[in-house]
Amino acid sequence: MLTELHKNRSAQVVLGLLFGICFGFLLQKGGVTNFSVIEGQLLLTDFTVLKLMLSAVIVGMAGFHLLKHFGLVQSHAASGTIGSNVIGGLIFGIGFALLGYCPGTVAGAAGTGALDALFGGMVGLLIGAGLFAEVYPKVRTGILNKGPFPAVTVPEFLNLNLWVVVILMEVFMIGILVVLENFGL
Amino acid sequence: MVPYLSEAVWSPYVAGAGIGILSCLAFLLSDRPIGCSTAFVKARGLIGTLISREKTEKKEYYREIVPAVDWAFMIIPGIMIGAAISSLLSGQFHVSWVPPLWSRTFGPDPLVRLLGALAGGIFLGFGSRWAGGCTSGHGINGSIQLSLASMVTACCFFAGGIGMAFLMFRILG
Repeated sequence: MLTELHKNRSAQVVLGLLFGICFGFLLQKGGVTNFSVIEGQLLLTDFTVLKLMLSAVIVGMAGFHLLKHFGLVQSHAASGTIGSNVIGGLIFGIGFALLGYCPGTVAGAAGTGALDALFGGMVGLLIGAGLFAEVYPKVRTGILNKGPFPAVTVPEFLNLNLWVVVILMEVFMIGILVVLENFGL
Repeated sequence: MVPYLSEAVWSPYVAGAGIGILSCLAFLLSDRPIGCSTAFVKARGLIGTLISREKTEKKEYYREIVPAVDWAFMIIPGIMIGAAISSLLSGQFHVSWVPPLWSRTFGPDPLVRLLGALAGGIFLGFGSRWAGGCTSGHGINGSIQLSLASMVTACCFFAGGIGMAFLMFRILG
């Protein structure tokens, strides 16, 4: 692992900016900084978001686990709960549809000139994050811990070998993309 | 190469594969997943620090997610710059207040759209921190790591989003 680089704070600030620039470029080129593309996905009429996300996970999952096999990266997968992940995910979903962007694509949309994303969405995200900081001490040991998931990773959950799960997941995700194309979606 | 960079859209498979490679590079070079919602906590904390340093530093959440200009903060200005470059190269950059689909359903009033976007942003900011990540942090990078919690969360993002979008555009709209 490149531990020296990871500990170099100023290098990491620059890297954060560079990763952001590349990420924003790819999000815009992929079409997902567009309001109608995101709403189209949520209305199940345009599958660009799913195609882009699955392609990212298909490539990233293979790459990440190969790098991990050679000791170059480490896992950051954390345990979760129904109280945190399911409830938070559903609250997120309401905002996702209302705004028409997610926290990354809202910044991308703002970069393409969408002022509703800049002055509405991004300001709202700041307020929402601040509200969560207010309630955090009250929910930290309560609802956020309710209903812990039985395992951290899918291989642990299924009690299967890591590479078996990676291959099954890859086949499954490629299968979804093939089905989408065959249905002309 | 240059004409390709100025195309209006790429295949989502190509852009997605690029994001997959980028995610691997972030694990390799920065030892972290590419996530976007943490930046909003940090930015909110920095604004709080400007108003009252003492009050902000006392808050438990800002002791866990320390307000600072670091990797997790810089991702958002980076995305804005990257998307601006991409849209300027293809001539897609244009200043707008109301997306056409919104306008057809809820009217062209910019104030209505601004309030809708603001409310959406609040839910998004609150929900992403409640769930501990966003479409990128959980949806892409958690799934890459085969995190069970992240995959469940990603399904809930879309379950909630699909329900709300149908309510907005099919039932009310």
